[in-house]
Amino acid sequence: MISPVLLELALQFLVLSLLSIGGANAIIPEIHLRVVDVHHWLTDADFSQMFALAQAAPGPNVLIVSLIGWKVAGVAGALVAMLAMCGPTSALTYYVANVWERFRDAPLRIAIQRGLEPITVGLVLSSGYVLTRMTDHNEAAYAVTGATVLLSLGTRLHPLWMLAAGAGLGALGIV
Amino acid sequence: MDANLSADSPPPVPAPRVTTRALFTEFLKVGVSGFGGVLPFARRMLVERRAWLTDKEFNEVLSLSQFLPGPNIANVSIIVGRRFQGPPGAIAAILGLMLMPIAIVLLLAMVFAEFAQVDAVRGACNGVSASASGLVVALALKMGNTIRRTPWQVGVAVVAFAAIGLARQPLLWVLAALVPLAVACGWWRRE
Repeated sequence: MISPVLLELALQFLVLSLLSIGGANAIIPEIHLRVVDVHHWLTDADFSQMFALAQAAPGPNVLIVSLIGWKVAGVAGALVAMLAMCGPTSALTYYVANVWERFRDAPLRIAIQRGLEPITVGLVLSSGYVLTRMTDHNEAAYAVTGATVLLSLGTRLHPLWMLAAGAGLGALGIV
Repeated sequence: MDANLSADSPPPVPAPRVTTRALFTEFLKVGVSGFGGVLPFARRMLVERRAWLTDKEFNEVLSLSQFLPGPNIANVSIIVGRRFQGPPGAIAAILGLMLMPIAIVLLLAMVFAEFAQVDAVRGACNGVSASASGLVVALALKMGNTIRRTPWQVGVAVVAFAAIGLARQPLLWVLAALVPLAVACGWWRRE
């Protein structure tokens, strides 16, 4: 009854979830590698559309996973992909939370945290870079990306306004 | 329903009483209010509005969530749900967080698919992508603030970016090589 595509989706996102130490934003290049380059489930254009939709909707960044699942195998695909992405790691978190308190001040724990911190930064920056290369096809698009970076770093403007401005410029055919 | 769930969860902390139903509804509100990442909304609910956690407790929960694999906010909901109501609390919190956003984003995708051929709709989508990519770049730069004064951490971040962002190497091999190295640096350079 369970189709091979659903099993493959579950397997891919299970592996991805175990690699996602910096959260969903850190593994976008790896998701892209597996979903577009290896399995050819989505094209570059599909991927960048799903990313845009996930960002335009309310909710956690990990929602892009449900959209990829949907694109590959409909609503069942969306649910399977999300379950594989969140289920096993949630169970792991539940059990680790039980023992975590005991190791809170252990030197090894602190060393692990200080080691993982810069890796996460490098991975999230990679995601931003890969997304920019994939989604920006002209100077106007690069300008929108650059302006968003500057506004986000320099002001307390809500991100929704920046997405809305991007949508407006795009709808007018400028980006 | 909530009255039947005696608080038999492991940590006997003198914490506020939080029902399974409250965990579900509060995380539901967090899920639907967060655009471009829900973590700030989760913090506002947990620390400022409901005072389920102190500032320090929230930071501890967050650092554990980031340290473990899986989406950070999902891990936060699991840890908070577990703390107050054990397994039912954890399940209520993560379902509250995820169900509505999944439904909304799928509806949005179905509507988008109907109109994907309209130039203005496709253009708007491109514009959102361009802007959203910028948000991810900015997020990385903000996160980088905490490591920029530590040269070895900057080095690790640069290597990770070069391997994944520029060279597009598979994440598994990059992590297998880089995590032990970075943790060793963290061990030797500990204060």
